[in-house]
Amino acid sequence: MKISDNTKAYFDGLRDGTPIGLGYFAVAFSLGIVAQKAGLTATQGFVASFLNMASAGEYALFTSIISGATYVEVAIATLIINARYLLMSCSLSQKFSQDTPYFHRFFVGFGITDEIFGISIAQKGMLNPRYTYGALTVAMPLWALGTSFGIIAGNSLPIRIVSAFSVALYGMFLAIIVPPAKQSVTILVAVIISFVSSLAFAKLPYISNLSAGTRIIVLIIVISAVFAMLKPIKDNEIEVQK
Amino acid sequence: MKGEIAIYILVATLVTYAIRVLPLTLIRKPIQNTFIKSFLYYVPYITLAVMTFPAIVEATQSPIAGYIALVIGIVASWFGLGLFPVACICCVVVFVAEFLLV
Repeated sequence: MKISDNTKAYFDGLRDGTPIGLGYFAVAFSLGIVAQKAGLTATQGFVASFLNMASAGEYALFTSIISGATYVEVAIATLIINARYLLMSCSLSQKFSQDTPYFHRFFVGFGITDEIFGISIAQKGMLNPRYTYGALTVAMPLWALGTSFGIIAGNSLPIRIVSAFSVALYGMFLAIIVPPAKQSVTILVAVIISFVSSLAFAKLPYISNLSAGTRIIVLIIVISAVFAMLKPIKDNEIEVQK
Repeated sequence: MKGEIAIYILVATLVTYAIRVLPLTLIRKPIQNTFIKSFLYYVPYITLAVMTFPAIVEATQSPIAGYIALVIGIVASWFGLGLFPVACICCVVVFVAEFLLV
C-alpha cells in the first residue's frame, strides 16, 4: 500500500519533532519553577505554555506577574522579546505554495518557535503544513506538560531542591548564548554589555525602581538598536538559532 | 498593581500570536531593511543575556551559589556542552554550594 505524501509529511514531522519535544520538556520544567513563583497553578501553567510556546517570552510573562507589572508592560515585553518570530514568519511565508489552502498559514504560524521554524524552513521545496503539524503534535504537549510538572515540583519539593532547580533555566540560556559568543566577537561584546547594564539597572538608584519588565524592555531595545547601527549584519549571517 | 493571571496569559498569547501570524498572512516578501534585520538578529542574544544576569544570583537562596553556577555554566557552555547538561551542572553546583553555605 502506498502512503500518501500528506501522511508521510505528518510522520516525518512527528519523527523530527520528538527530540525537540524532549528538549522542550526539560526547558519547560525549569520554566515551571519560575511560573510557580508567580503563583500559577499547574493548569494555568499548562494553558500559558500551550498558547504561548516561547521560553524567553513566557519567562518575561512570569517575572512580570511576580513584579506586579501592568498588562501594557507585559504586552510590550512580549512584543519585543518575541519579535524574532516576525522575521521567521516572514521567511516562512515564502515557503508556502500557492496551492496550499490559506487557512494553513494561521495554524503553521501558531507553531513558530526557534526549533519548529528551523526544521520547517529546512524542508526541501515548498512546505507541506502537515510536516509542521506532526512536529507540533509531539512538541506542544511536552512543552505544556513540562511547565505543569515544574510548577508541581516547585510546590512539593524541599526548598533546597527548588533553589537548585531555579538556576536550570539560566543554565540553558547560557548554553544558548555562550557558543555564538565564542564564534563572534560582536555577540561576545553584546553579551558582556548586556550583563553589565542589566546589573547596573538592577542596582542604580531611580532606575532600579522601575519594574523588572520595563528594565528588560529598555535594555533589549537600546542595546540591540546600538548594535544594529554599529554592526549591521550581512545577509549570510542570519542563521537559525537553536 | 497586581492583575489577574488569566488576563496576563491572554495578553501575552494575543501579542505572540499576532507576531507569528500577521507576517505569514499579510507579508509575502522578505524584510529588506538592514537595520530591522540586524535588530532582530541581536534581540535573542541580548534578551537572554539581560534575563540571565543578575537574575541567576537572585534566584538562589545564597547569591554566592548563584555566582558559582553562573561561572561554571559559562565555562561548561564555552566547552560545548548542550542545554540539558549545562542546566544539570548548574543545578548540582547550587545544590552543593548551598549545602556548604546555607
